[in-house]
Amino acid sequence: MNIKETVLEILNDLTGNDVSGAMDDNLFDSGLLDSMGSVQLLLQLQSELDVTVPVSEFERSEWDTPNKIIAKVESMA
Amino acid sequence: MLTFEPYGNPTYFALLGVALLPLMIGLLYGKRSRLYETLISIFFLVLTFGGSKWTQGVALIIYILYEVGLTWGYAVYRRHKNSGPFFYLMVILAIAPLTIVKVTPAVENGQASLIGFLGISYLTFRAVQTIMETRDGTLKNYNLMTFLQFMLFFPTISSGPIDRYRRFEKDYRSVPSREQYLGMLQKGIRYIFVGFLYKFVLAYYFGTMLMPKLQLMAMHSRGGFMDLSWPVVGYMYAYSADLFFDFAGYSLFAVGTSYIMGIATPMNFNQPWRSPNIKDFWNRWHITLSFWFRDFIYMRLVFWFMKHKIFKKPTTTANVTYIINMLVMGFWHGVTWYYIAYGLFHGVALMVNDMWLRYKKKHRKSIPHNGFTQIFAIFLTANLVCFSFLIFSGLLNKLWFN
Repeated sequence: MNIKETVLEILNDLTGNDVSGAMDDNLFDSGLLDSMGSVQLLLQLQSELDVTVPVSEFERSEWDTPNKIIAKVESMA
Repeated sequence: MLTFEPYGNPTYFALLGVALLPLMIGLLYGKRSRLYETLISIFFLVLTFGGSKWTQGVALIIYILYEVGLTWGYAVYRRHKNSGPFFYLMVILAIAPLTIVKVTPAVENGQASLIGFLGISYLTFRAVQTIMETRDGTLKNYNLMTFLQFMLFFPTISSGPIDRYRRFEKDYRSVPSREQYLGMLQKGIRYIFVGFLYKFVLAYYFGTMLMPKLQLMAMHSRGGFMDLSWPVVGYMYAYSADLFFDFAGYSLFAVGTSYIMGIATPMNFNQPWRSPNIKDFWNRWHITLSFWFRDFIYMRLVFWFMKHKIFKKPTTTANVTYIINMLVMGFWHGVTWYYIAYGLFHGVALMVNDMWLRYKKKHRKSIPHNGFTQIFAIFLTANLVCFSFLIFSGLLNKLWFN
């Protein structure tokens, strides 16, 4: 499975929504993600993709849509 | 010698205007003079911490040397090693002076600590954050001079907004283009004038004209249920309005002055009174403080709890961390029962808020969502917040125990 699919699966699990139809929607504005969800996302990325993101690297504005998250993870993998 | 409270009176603003003028001209021509910036910083720091307040000035100098020693030492250490206990020790040492300052009045009958000075809590946030980002490896190029400028940046030294080292450094190391700078200048000047309206008209009306009268009336109307009366309700709203206009006004001065210096210090308030829930309120009220707590306490604690699987359910983790986070914020305001109760109130409010949001998500179809419910949510949130500010104000302490 590639990075994009894995990230989408994690996001679908976390938000309880299928986000693949709204790749540029802001997940924080829509209430699908919050601080708690962000931390869960970081932990999932670590366990499933072996991508380590320190909490202080998590600048919300760079992680607020599915597309941005995928791009971020791809740049770090 | 004269001493000034930052942004406290017209003379301060006149001096500020004169001091900033050469800097503005420089920035318009694409030049940033570090020497001049340092000189006016020192000048305004002496105005704030000199004269009759010289003991505070001495405390500030010792404090800065201490925090520079810690952050610089840790940055050097971190290049080679990364031990957990050592990191925790550094964080504890960095907050030790603030802890002493906050605890002293509670154990010494209101006596202020000798090592305290105006702004110590805001400087501690900046130092702790620098250590934490060094630990994470996100802050790699610690520079002693930049750190000093970051800590001693005079527009925000007394009460924030709380900037971040890396964000500050980016602005400080670059010069905005003329077009960008003209935009910043325009915004900065507008912020300062809105600040005048907030602080010297509205906060003056609510805080100086209205509040003392209402407090007197509230004290005379004691005797009812829990000593509550209509004047207490009036005081609650007047205090909330004063708190907002006074602090938002100050923040506008600090951000406006920063903009004029070509530094885009983040905003502290974003229309907090239109928040539909408490969670959103904390995204709009004293933003740089609540985001600091979010990023450096809440998220890190949640991360630690989940990594070590302390609690079974994520919701339990979130709830416990809300309470810890807001209690720490309460203690940070001071060690009195009403600040701590205020923190606890907001911790519980965030918990209930999350429960409601989860319930709403599950029953999306049966819960109406329209203009009316939106207005009701905003009304409810604003009143809950005002009630929490009544606790925070300490009036209840006077009503019950004086």
